[in-house]
Amino acid sequence: MDALIPPLLNGTALGALLLLAALGLTLTFGQMGVINMAHGEFIMAGAFIAYLTQLVFTSSNISIVLALPLAFLGAGLLGLLLEVGIIQWMYRRPLDTLLVTVGVSLILQQIALQIFPAQGVPVESPGWLDGQVDILGYAWPLRQVFTIVLAALCLAALAAWLKYTSFGRRIRATVQNRDLAETSGIPTRTVDRITFFVGSGLAGLAGVAASLIGGTNSQMGTQYIIPAFLVVVAGGVGQIKGTVIAAWALGIALSFFADWTTGSMAQVLAFVLVVIFLQFRPQGLFTVRTRGLT
Amino acid sequence: MKATRTRRARSLLAVPALAAAAALVLAGCGSRAGDSAEPTESGAAASESCIDTSGDTIKLGFLNSLTGGMAISEQTVSNVLHMAADEINADGGILGKQIEYVQEDGATDWPTFAEKTEKLLTQDCVAAIFGGWTSSSRKAVKPVVEENKGLFFYPVQYEGLESSPNIYYTGATTNQQIIPAMDYLAAQGVKTLFLAGSDYVFPRTANAIIKLYAAELGIEIVGEEYVPLDKDDWTTQVSKIVAADPDFVFNTINGSSNVGFIKAYYDAGLTPETTPIISVSIAEEEAPAMGHEVTGNYASWNYFQSLGTPNNPGFIERWQAYPDSSGVTSDPMEAAYISLYLYKALAEAAGSFDVDEINAAAAEGGITVDAPEGVVTLDGENHHISKPGNIGRINADNQFDIVWSSDGFIDPDPYLEGYDWFPADVRDALVAAAG
Repeated sequence: MDALIPPLLNGTALGALLLLAALGLTLTFGQMGVINMAHGEFIMAGAFIAYLTQLVFTSSNISIVLALPLAFLGAGLLGLLLEVGIIQWMYRRPLDTLLVTVGVSLILQQIALQIFPAQGVPVESPGWLDGQVDILGYAWPLRQVFTIVLAALCLAALAAWLKYTSFGRRIRATVQNRDLAETSGIPTRTVDRITFFVGSGLAGLAGVAASLIGGTNSQMGTQYIIPAFLVVVAGGVGQIKGTVIAAWALGIALSFFADWTTGSMAQVLAFVLVVIFLQFRPQGLFTVRTRGLT
Repeated sequence: MKATRTRRARSLLAVPALAAAAALVLAGCGSRAGDSAEPTESGAAASESCIDTSGDTIKLGFLNSLTGGMAISEQTVSNVLHMAADEINADGGILGKQIEYVQEDGATDWPTFAEKTEKLLTQDCVAAIFGGWTSSSRKAVKPVVEENKGLFFYPVQYEGLESSPNIYYTGATTNQQIIPAMDYLAAQGVKTLFLAGSDYVFPRTANAIIKLYAAELGIEIVGEEYVPLDKDDWTTQVSKIVAADPDFVFNTINGSSNVGFIKAYYDAGLTPETTPIISVSIAEEEAPAMGHEVTGNYASWNYFQSLGTPNNPGFIERWQAYPDSSGVTSDPMEAAYISLYLYKALAEAAGSFDVDEINAAAAEGGITVDAPEGVVTLDGENHHISKPGNIGRINADNQFDIVWSSDGFIDPDPYLEGYDWFPADVRDALVAAAG
């Protein structure tokens, strides 16, 4: 039993990080069908904003809290710029969007490399995240609890926004039937833009969490983009509850496989699992039922 | 209406399929790096050297990744090569000829390294090429430089088990970095050791050697963990370190994954007082970029900025004054600096820029460079140089206090032939595996 505790807790924290990375994609990918390969670089932008905030407010105790809204805003604006500048011309051409956003991601990486020192920048954990909590004899790092709390808050806020606000209803209407939503007077273009802004902003928040876990450098986004897409696809495109379950399951799988084998084997085994799962359920855990005429 | 709906339904299905395909394509990009690029057949290959020595300049090629992930490290190597070339030119050049360098970008892409090597040798007709960092880049350059009978100077510590008549190695081989580190641990009375590494050829080979030597020294290996080079999350592996409670952690992790390892290490409550780390890839440039102070942990290198050698203060001063300087000096950039001076020494001993004559001068022996780390001697047979082994402990300024030094300079032994505990069959297997 004791042996199961560390991978279970670590896996949950890893799942929370994957969820943060994937949450924005459920919006941009699920709602709009945009395959945004630059999503990882929005995560990177969030991490660099966390670093810049730390430079201004030298105390990492305060700066990490301030970095959260700033990263959301910064990455969100970057996403808005991408939507207005490029993606709006490419709706319903997923292959073109894929290629263009791969290009954008390379451009953003190189820009980061030009601005920041090549070996990356140090983002320090706040003092109040030093230390561990004892869970059944396992000293669980507090920083992991922070990732889980942050993911839970983002999830709750996003779910409430989609469910209870009129804007959320408009998004859901657009997802379910774009043409009908438009006919009913919903400005789908505005809906698209705001959705893209929020989806990218969520990547910024993931970046702040990622900056506390690994290195903050121009390449950091690339390690999150593929798991994030797999989580969204496995969860069912556009389905938040599916994304949550898939992220948690992937985190747990990675952590347990890493515990039993090595970090490298864990990647292989976990992704083999995802591939097998998608063989049997290509539409993912949950699907959107579109209400069209049959 | 019906037609419209069907099309939308299909495009909805196509989207996840596309994303999955994209994910696979991108994942595939990583594995491509491992394949060593075959040199393209070329008419110029194996023909007479086209090095032009008629003018008052001599052309050299610098091949470093200035874009992509490895730019992190290789930009500094490129800058210090430029500084060395400027110094040599100000001092009268090589054999009276001014160095004219052609800088090429390897772009963190191993086939590009092979392609640019061929271009430098057959189109620019450079007398020698300097650069590379990853073992994959060296292995991509090797067949091309051998086929075209060129010269390549490689400046980074690596896993050894290689020697080529067309390559000179100015970084440490394993018996100059890994073995001194183990000697230090044994001298400290370390009984249990945990191995943490990135998953590629250098850590795998280094750990194979460490395990054999540990058995010889009576040190028990209580765990061995690898994480892919492009993954930063070390949480699960660090919880295994906590459970194993080793005396020391031997760290062969490279790149930004080190940051994730260091963060997970301190997050889990480990400290250098109880479970110190000895690293072979954290130097003066990396230490401040960890996002956590790493004071009290150790590193094994040949060169440290804090070395009290006669040439070091001048080297540091010139580097800090150099326009593209990073402010601190470190082992790989010092080895790159040596590589250009080694070429100068070789050309002057040979009295020629001809590759065969340079190799003949090397084989005669006695080629030395008065380097910042001390006077290094070239081994004319295996093309590596002698180096001092040094262990440094990181202090609060992210500099290293030297806590241990080898008895004199260590002669390079890339195949570890002078070590009884290293069996020939293991050597053959490792050489075969390294390709």
